[in-house]
Amino acid sequence: MDIYLDNSATTKPCKEAIGKMMYVLENVYGNPSSLHTLGLDAEKEVTAARIIAAKQLGADKDEVFFTSGGTEANNTAVFGAAYARRKTGNKIVTTSIEHSSVYESCKELERQGFEVVFLEPESDGNISTEQLNNAIDKNTILVSVMMINNETGVKLPVDKIAKIIKKNNAPALFHCDAVQAFGKVPVRPSKIGADLVSVSSHKIHGPKGVGVLYVKKGTYIKPLLYGGEQQKKVRPGTEAVPLICGFGAAIENIGSMSDNLKRTTELHDYAVKRLSKVSGVEINSPQDGLPYILNVSAVGVRSETMLHFLADKGIYISSGSACAKGKKSHVLTAMGLDAARIDSALRISFSKHSEMSEIDVLAACLQEGMNTLVHSK
Amino acid sequence: MKEIILAKVGETALKGLNRKNFEDMLIKNIKRKIHKLGRFEVVSSQSTIRISPLDDDIDMDDTAEAVGKVFGIVAYSRACVAPKDLEEIKNAAAEYLSEIFEDNVSFKVESKRSDKKFPYGSPEISKAVGGFLADTFPNITVDVHNPDVIVTVEVRDFAAYIHANVVEGAGGLPVGTGGKAAILISGGIDSPVAAYMMAKRGVELTAIHFASPPYTSERAEEKVKALLELVSEYSGKMTMFTVPFTKIQEQIQKNCPEELFTIIMRRLMMNISNRIAKKNDCQALITGESLGQVASQTIGALACTDEVAEIPVFRPLIGMDKKEIIAIAHKINTFETSCLPYEDCCTVFTPRHPRTRPKLEFVRKAEANVNWEDMINEAVENVKITKIGE
Repeated sequence: MDIYLDNSATTKPCKEAIGKMMYVLENVYGNPSSLHTLGLDAEKEVTAARIIAAKQLGADKDEVFFTSGGTEANNTAVFGAAYARRKTGNKIVTTSIEHSSVYESCKELERQGFEVVFLEPESDGNISTEQLNNAIDKNTILVSVMMINNETGVKLPVDKIAKIIKKNNAPALFHCDAVQAFGKVPVRPSKIGADLVSVSSHKIHGPKGVGVLYVKKGTYIKPLLYGGEQQKKVRPGTEAVPLICGFGAAIENIGSMSDNLKRTTELHDYAVKRLSKVSGVEINSPQDGLPYILNVSAVGVRSETMLHFLADKGIYISSGSACAKGKKSHVLTAMGLDAARIDSALRISFSKHSEMSEIDVLAACLQEGMNTLVHSK
Repeated sequence: MKEIILAKVGETALKGLNRKNFEDMLIKNIKRKIHKLGRFEVVSSQSTIRISPLDDDIDMDDTAEAVGKVFGIVAYSRACVAPKDLEEIKNAAAEYLSEIFEDNVSFKVESKRSDKKFPYGSPEISKAVGGFLADTFPNITVDVHNPDVIVTVEVRDFAAYIHANVVEGAGGLPVGTGGKAAILISGGIDSPVAAYMMAKRGVELTAIHFASPPYTSERAEEKVKALLELVSEYSGKMTMFTVPFTKIQEQIQKNCPEELFTIIMRRLMMNISNRIAKKNDCQALITGESLGQVASQTIGALACTDEVAEIPVFRPLIGMDKKEIIAIAHKINTFETSCLPYEDCCTVFTPRHPRTRPKLEFVRKAEANVNWEDMINEAVENVKITKIGE
């Protein structure tokens, strides 16, 4: 049996999502914009999914815009906000540990002449409210900070940002990339005071290729795409009906987030206990991070080597850091870890379906790897 | 309007008695290269190979691109076919060249008459066609010294051909006329370029790749396959041998001095490659080494690796700078793939301070405390075979 512990990369689609998609593909093939009955049926399905997503976000259905996934949601938010507000100011505040779809978008805006501040994490791998307070000023038009870091599970202080923006009189929109948080902890844009929030379907057992950008009512962002009248022109294009409906089914199937979290916390703590006993293994994730993500180092064996060794045994995890030829993990470097620990970092990520017994197998195989694989000097 | 390709055979025409063999091989290679695009007639006469499409729906842009990748062709041009009648030739030329002559260009007409029964001489043909074109397109001017466009009219056995501007071909010699050799390929920038360069000299390729799972990944091997597919656009199909190398690399790591890791690894790679090459009728080995590029590519280090090989080792990049190598990698479209960041057998276990001037006797001594023979045989017996370019 495969042991899949790479759920922050993607998750296995749930039966409910697959069933819904199959049904819609076969039966609801109309274009939601068509005036006839088939079109109306498709529109109803999309609306139903929109209501489900809105409910999950504690939002109005008019604030939900379906995109092709997290990357498009993040690009739409970052570029859309920056272009819409360029007359009010020129400064963008973000962090250096954002997902590449936010980070590279901000880099592009920097090349286009915007002033972008990339806040560096402190030794705990997190950004402090003080750093944010110092960076956000009257010239700031966009603040984009992720809710949960995808490498370590660090929880960023996103609930403080709206207040800082207000206190410092910044004309800024606040965008929060909640891709790793959605479906695991409450993501309520109105509660954290976010104007824009990105989430993705395939991280919560839905299909790949669909996500949502939440846009707070009354907020104008410049669209990236131009075309028809769909989704109030914020995101034109014929809606991906089967994917959207699959996403809706996956959201309905999340279950109790608090029960899942409790279970995953136990799993996480058990994993920390078991893996710490493997000689050479060090825990990199912070104690108070999201328990769904656990970053460890198997010091002496390169990430990629251990990853392939485990994959050979049917255990699937991520390398916590790029290989020798790639770039080193920015987050782990900022946390002050030494090179040997960064080169051997591994990311284990759980889903609500992960089991204690899987941790036992993982720990045993990690131990075997540490014993048999040749260590780099 | 029927369009064909005329390919000029270069160096091959000079090869005396071998010429027929070279031309036959070249025609075979051209046919193999273009057969997926449709049905063609490929024939040779007077140092020119004529490639004529037999189906109406054949895309001649694709065909020209494919022909441009066949070694042994120095230059080629696309031409239209006209009956051997001066009026017909004039009209065909005007129609065929109308797009080029939309711009205000200068031109001249050159003619070749290999069919001496044709009633007009070359100067007469040029004059007639040139005059007609100048009348038809008032915006173009005649310039016999430095024209933008040279229009060529060739009156041959069965038809006349009209073309403008000759394109440089891939050059070199037809693949298969220069024997067979095995390229040692890791996945970096250099080895695909080295493979391309030897194929250009007519060498048929075989590829040898060393894989060390789990230290190297399936993706690294897929990357090498992708690179070889790109090289095979020029070289034609080849066989790739993937050698299981994990055990040997682990033993080097455990039993040899760190500063000699790379040199000993390369000697073992040479040893294995030498055996695979001989088993598969390869007459030489090819590597992408360039003198002084890294520690294992100094004269001393190369001497140590060469000592293991019983057949010649070709290093076509030996005198080239990285910049020059990269330029060719871009030309043959392998650069981007080469830059994909996966561990390969040369990047795992890189010593911190490799020896740059290894003494052969020390290296021999350092590797002597392991019995490599069994491991080498095991590796050779367990090679995985992949067909490339089919």
